[in-house]
Amino acid sequence: MTGLERRPLLMDQSKPGRTGCTVPALDVPESPLPPAAMLRDDLPLPEVSERDLVGYFHRLSQLNYSVDEGFYPLGSCTMKYNPKWHDEVARLPGFAQAHPLQPEESVQGALRLMYELQEMLAEILGMRTANLCPMAGAHGELTGIMMVRAYHASRGDKRRTTILVPDSAHGTNPASAAMCGFKVVVVPSNACGDMDLAALRASLGPDVAGLMITLPSTLGLFDPHIVEITEMVHRAGGLVYGDGANLNAILGKAKLGDLGFDVVHTNLHKTFTTPHGGGGPGAGPIAVGERLAPFLPTPHVAHRRDERGDRYEFTRPEKSIGRVGAFHGNFGVLVRAYCYIRQLGAPGLREVAENAVLNANYLLAKLKDAYHLPYDRRCMHEVILSASRQKAQGVRALDIAKRLIDYGFHPPTMYFPLIVDEALMIEPTETESVETLDAFVDAMLAIAREAEQDPEVVRGAPHKAPITRLDEATAARKPDLRWQPRR
Amino acid sequence: MPSPYIPNTDADRGALLRAIGARSVDELFADIPQAHRDPALRLPPALSEAELKRELAALAGRNAVPGEHACFLGAGVYHHYVPAIVPYLVGRAEFATCYTPYQPEISQGTLQATYEFQSLVCQLSGMEVANAGVYDGSTAVAEAALMACRITGRSTIAYTDTLHPRYMDVLRTYLESQGLTLVMTSGVAALPLDAAGVIIQSPNFYGCMEDVSMAAQAAHAAGALLIASFDPIALGMFRTPGELGADIAVGEGQPLGLSMSFGGPYVGLFATRTQYLRQMPGRLVGRTKDSQGRDGFVLTLQTREQHIRRERATSNICTSESLMATAAAIYLAALGRRGLRRVAELCYHKAHYAAERIAALPGYSVPFRGMFFREFVIHCPAPPYLINQRLLEQGIIGGLDVSDRLPFAMLLCVTEMTTRQDIDRLVDALRKMGGRQP
Repeated sequence: MTGLERRPLLMDQSKPGRTGCTVPALDVPESPLPPAAMLRDDLPLPEVSERDLVGYFHRLSQLNYSVDEGFYPLGSCTMKYNPKWHDEVARLPGFAQAHPLQPEESVQGALRLMYELQEMLAEILGMRTANLCPMAGAHGELTGIMMVRAYHASRGDKRRTTILVPDSAHGTNPASAAMCGFKVVVVPSNACGDMDLAALRASLGPDVAGLMITLPSTLGLFDPHIVEITEMVHRAGGLVYGDGANLNAILGKAKLGDLGFDVVHTNLHKTFTTPHGGGGPGAGPIAVGERLAPFLPTPHVAHRRDERGDRYEFTRPEKSIGRVGAFHGNFGVLVRAYCYIRQLGAPGLREVAENAVLNANYLLAKLKDAYHLPYDRRCMHEVILSASRQKAQGVRALDIAKRLIDYGFHPPTMYFPLIVDEALMIEPTETESVETLDAFVDAMLAIAREAEQDPEVVRGAPHKAPITRLDEATAARKPDLRWQPRR
Repeated sequence: MPSPYIPNTDADRGALLRAIGARSVDELFADIPQAHRDPALRLPPALSEAELKRELAALAGRNAVPGEHACFLGAGVYHHYVPAIVPYLVGRAEFATCYTPYQPEISQGTLQATYEFQSLVCQLSGMEVANAGVYDGSTAVAEAALMACRITGRSTIAYTDTLHPRYMDVLRTYLESQGLTLVMTSGVAALPLDAAGVIIQSPNFYGCMEDVSMAAQAAHAAGALLIASFDPIALGMFRTPGELGADIAVGEGQPLGLSMSFGGPYVGLFATRTQYLRQMPGRLVGRTKDSQGRDGFVLTLQTREQHIRRERATSNICTSESLMATAAAIYLAALGRRGLRRVAELCYHKAHYAAERIAALPGYSVPFRGMFFREFVIHCPAPPYLINQRLLEQGIIGGLDVSDRLPFAMLLCVTEMTTRQDIDRLVDALRKMGGRQP
């Protein structure tokens, strides 16, 4: 481990007189500086040489596990391989250097890319059009629910103050609904993992603005009653919001618009393989049907053809909810997703879904004897196992997850969905080979054996990571959130 | 052609299906209602990497961008120099291709980098605690407004009329959807009595430094919080929101080593006082010990967040702008104590040089001669959009047309990237258009 020893924080490395960058000389006459009372006395930033800075962040990067390093079956996160040429395209000066407020005639190339991406996403999702403004999945949810609210308000329907959310939903769904002032009512799942239709029926009423539903669900299941569900919500006067986090499973296999969804967000950093960056940047474009199109956020990209040829421009939809960000979305992320869709085309996207689902079902088949399978049916892009059997042996989902690190894999999502005891949510994606899947299966089976024969080794894992388990309780009780000068 | 991103061969697929006990891949999709399965998908035909790169290079080439053109456009996004090490380091796949650091044992790189970001935002802003960043400067303002309402239990937000109009728009969108009230105030003397927060931007939209300290006193006298929207480069020389009495300080992180990238991805800077920590939105990284007593970093205070608290969370934010935050931390460390001060002073001197020269041109004036940083308004003798058209023909990206707010006004921006030659060319071009309709 000597080669990977930690280095002090930047402020502790700092030494007066060092710098990590050169700055141009002043080439104009100096103007009088503002009065001293307006100026800060000191600028307490670190002083570090470029060489040491590169060494430090290089070293830090080596403490991360990444998709490029190995298998990353983090359920619901779709950690597929990120093609490298996308990064090159995003770095082209014509894209990377463009200022968002330039005159539209000077950025026609960027606007055309946005327009085409918008329309391709709408086609993939089976919707009327799409909008690229939201900067992450949860931002898309917030935007979509704002539109649902604006739609009902525009009809003078002020009674609709409730959003229904299944018990298997991502935490962002109820949080987004609450941020728009809605009351959240939870709809339970049935024994098969699908929505409990009787409970849905009982929850629907004149107070319901809409239902937020993830398809396939966070249980990795495609609800076969989805059309019945969307029809029930519509009959009750509500709208259906689709959380597209799991779109990878059904790319080209089904269009959410055909199934009755009114508004859907898609995570470009999942399905459309833009690098996740350790927690962003993402992009969460939303696609809408006829009814919600007038409420889309500003700006929307429009195309027209006149005597000078094709023209692309920013527009404000008729009843727009307004702006949700200062500009028009995370363009650098949009470029990468555009590259992906254009390289794959329709047949390629369909292959993505087919292989993702095939790989997940393979893991299900190989692991269901060693781990409890709470919903014993075919899965979509991810399989949810439970460590309930191992729990009886004193080994929890957390321990299994940590032990996988020793075997060289990123752990699956754990303890989610909340309705599965000791959940392990495994999403292999289509970019992994059968050899990788087999190696992962071997590790999972080995851990299941260890849980029986040598539970201590699992409970103490990881043993091979740069650090061992961290004291999270103290971190929360006595927060140390920033560098402080040593006393 | 097989996809380079799908290793399964036909033989592999056959073997996988046999292991699953399925006859065909279609069988795995049987839960999708038959009528809606495998719909027609009308997309452009698939192309190779080489063909697409050619096409996209042509598309990118149709944009006239700063770097090739002299640029005088700012208004919230700035053309500053990005040291090569910033994209080099955040381009490392170890930072770029990992998820949110839910597994701290194998995410110490992202976690420590984020802790550095939080620390340096505090050092820069004079605030006590900063989060791991939000989407951008505008949503940072909106989240700060919501946070002020939670803290005070009040439901009105006041903002000064010199706030960036785009930020006002975002604020309105966020607040309206919660039924909160937004009030514009031209001065801080007449604040609504029930204000939860007062928002002031300095330098303001027109480039001038505001009296944040006075605004803070007025806000506090009314029982409201002061939300200051700051510019991180201006803080290279000007006093900090922390010193001036801000309760929540927010800003756009783009100038800190992020390319302008036609609007994003950027990162919203978000800092506050320790007493308000538990009402903060977004992720926080904390330092703790591992079971062997070594320092390590974890996501902490997660009970504020949506994946734990669901509808009672402080925000719905999940994926944010982690990689951009790391870039900003690297930028701040690379420029450091003296470099950032120097960049700020270069902006200041060059902007003042440009303003003096333009003010001397017949037909032009610089109306706000107060203390400005790197942006200033000019009054033009012709509609600014026409002037900008002419400038563009000469390889100059002009300022922002703000004639919807101030007649014949343009907002110009000068950074350390603007050379004296660029400024002199702009002045010459403006002179030629002065005094007569272009």
